[in-house]
Amino acid sequence: MIEYQNIFTQVQARAHPHDGVPFSHGTWVRSEEPFFSYWIGKLGNAQIGPFYLGFLGLASIVCGALAFFLIGMNYLASVNWNPIMLVRNLFWLSLDPPAPKYGLSWPPLNDGGWYMIVSTFLLLSVLLWWGRTYVRARALGMGTHVAWAFASAIWLFLVLGLFRPILMGSWSEGVPYGIFSHLDWTAAFSIRYGNLFYNPFHALSIVFLYGSTLLFAMHAATILAVTRYGGDRELEQITDRGTATERAALFWRWTMGFNATMESIHRWAWWFAVLTTLTGGIGILLTGTAVDNWYLWAVKHGVAPAYVTDWSPVADPALAAGGVR
Amino acid sequence: MKTKIFTKSLGLAGAAALALLLGGCEQPPQETAQTGPRGTGMVQVKSPEREEAKRAAIVLPEVQPEADASGPRASEVYENVKVLGHLSEGQFIRVMAAITEWVQPEQGCAGCHNLENLADDSVYTKVVARRMFQMTQTINAKWTAHVGQTGVTCYTCHRGQAVPAEIWFKSPGDDNPPYMGAKNGQNAPVKSVAYSTLPNEPFSALLVQKGEIRVQGTTAIPQVPARVEQGQTIQDAEKTYGLMMHMSTGLGVNCGFCHNSRAFGSWAESPPQRVTAWHGIQMVRELNTTYLDPLQPVYPANRLGEAGDAPKAYCATCHQGVNKPLYGAAMFKDYAVELSPPKAN
Repeated sequence: MIEYQNIFTQVQARAHPHDGVPFSHGTWVRSEEPFFSYWIGKLGNAQIGPFYLGFLGLASIVCGALAFFLIGMNYLASVNWNPIMLVRNLFWLSLDPPAPKYGLSWPPLNDGGWYMIVSTFLLLSVLLWWGRTYVRARALGMGTHVAWAFASAIWLFLVLGLFRPILMGSWSEGVPYGIFSHLDWTAAFSIRYGNLFYNPFHALSIVFLYGSTLLFAMHAATILAVTRYGGDRELEQITDRGTATERAALFWRWTMGFNATMESIHRWAWWFAVLTTLTGGIGILLTGTAVDNWYLWAVKHGVAPAYVTDWSPVADPALAAGGVR
Repeated sequence: MKTKIFTKSLGLAGAAALALLLGGCEQPPQETAQTGPRGTGMVQVKSPEREEAKRAAIVLPEVQPEADASGPRASEVYENVKVLGHLSEGQFIRVMAAITEWVQPEQGCAGCHNLENLADDSVYTKVVARRMFQMTQTINAKWTAHVGQTGVTCYTCHRGQAVPAEIWFKSPGDDNPPYMGAKNGQNAPVKSVAYSTLPNEPFSALLVQKGEIRVQGTTAIPQVPARVEQGQTIQDAEKTYGLMMHMSTGLGVNCGFCHNSRAFGSWAESPPQRVTAWHGIQMVRELNTTYLDPLQPVYPANRLGEAGDAPKAYCATCHQGVNKPLYGAAMFKDYAVELSPPKAN
């Protein structure tokens, strides 16, 4: 019976740990001997390591850990250093941005100051990790596709936490660091700016987000379906189309009239993923800076449909009451 | 054999996990009613079970027998009658009997009166009750835009309890610990804002002070000066959002009851219920500032909030989870004379 190496891999091939390609760049050598893990092998490659930490990796982890630690300390302080309450209220706890009154000035430590410090370390951590993905890819003679895809996510992160607050003139526009609080922030943000669903860049972002999941499912399903013909050797099939590729391609031409190629499907996937956060970031950057109410913007440009209601339209009672609201 | 046991226990574990996951859910089917144009999500979802429980919890007191409106006025017969003096003696006794049942069914007259001398103002509840009569009269006369002809009685809020079930107090103010961990009056699971992380007590700012509830931009393009400077920040939006969560749970309705959620701020898109709610907000502000908050010196310490303030009203105080309090039962019509202000002659 054929054994497939899917999730919960049935057969684990074991040899000597593979050290990877010859490696000439960088100041750090690969550290630690690789080892094998049976349970990790159930999900993917059983070999763990070799690791490469380097300056960028180490600095990123230190900055990230500091941000994580400071958020956690603020959480703990807000529940009076009670670890049980930390667990019970974890989803509610939050490190909030400064109050609007501070504008772009540095706020007092316990009124947004910690938020600014954490944001700084988080930003450093993310940027250093980006450098790591770039430099490590170059060191291996790879393209830098991973770094640029990651950069697209960082763009959205920067827009939310840095570019937009500066354009709005207030750090209070930043997103709180909390599980429920960032969700409530998202809802309040949409409400404040007149419904983000009328923001065309938000719409594009959703198209690419859902499109990404669709493409991922289509591609994964296609490859799994032709694995029996060697379709899992995607890279070979890019240059040497075998029967697996022919069948997969014909399947999509039959069902939807068009097929991607073994190579282009990965470009489709890469661009859909990258455009999700790229367009999303543009949409957020325009909100409050260029557009104050997306619903009214949509009405102005004939995007929002008009509805016929069962009730006769009501007027703002505050107008009748002489401006009292 | 081994596999069978494994499969069986896996199935059992799965069923247990499903039960745990769904344990907090309400039993289907829910009742839904479309309230607005198709495709706008304007629908009210109600749980028949919960609706039934809410209806069952409401027991309307029997109407007191009619009283003779003629004869000497209460102010002539009794001492120290300041608010209800224009009633006949019969009407006065009738409303006293009614309020006993509505507010103090267990303690009876002694709940508010010094039984040695009924005219004595030494029991604080009597002073409060007098002010509450004035408040009720004002609501019924002045706020028909909110209460309509249904009106209100003491029972609308009290439901047979000396202290209404749904009252609120000011948050004790700056509860931020030193150095780190500022909660900013939010980020705690509390019922007042439906267990969100929104400001736990948006009511002082919006239902006592006339804080700006409207936070949405009124133009497509930002105006100068920027609205951040006008106090319409995301933080203000969260405050409004918190109040709206209270209104939603307090009235047992979804957002779509008063709004088309695609444009919360637009009156042209809103169902007429929003106008009623708007008048309700204005009314609650007056009740809190004119009647409820000023009673602070009258209350004993155990009736005051953590910040030392008097108990106050918000939407749930009357509504108690129902969009028409007491499901619209018109109790006021039976006490229209007693619970309306004296007619200016």
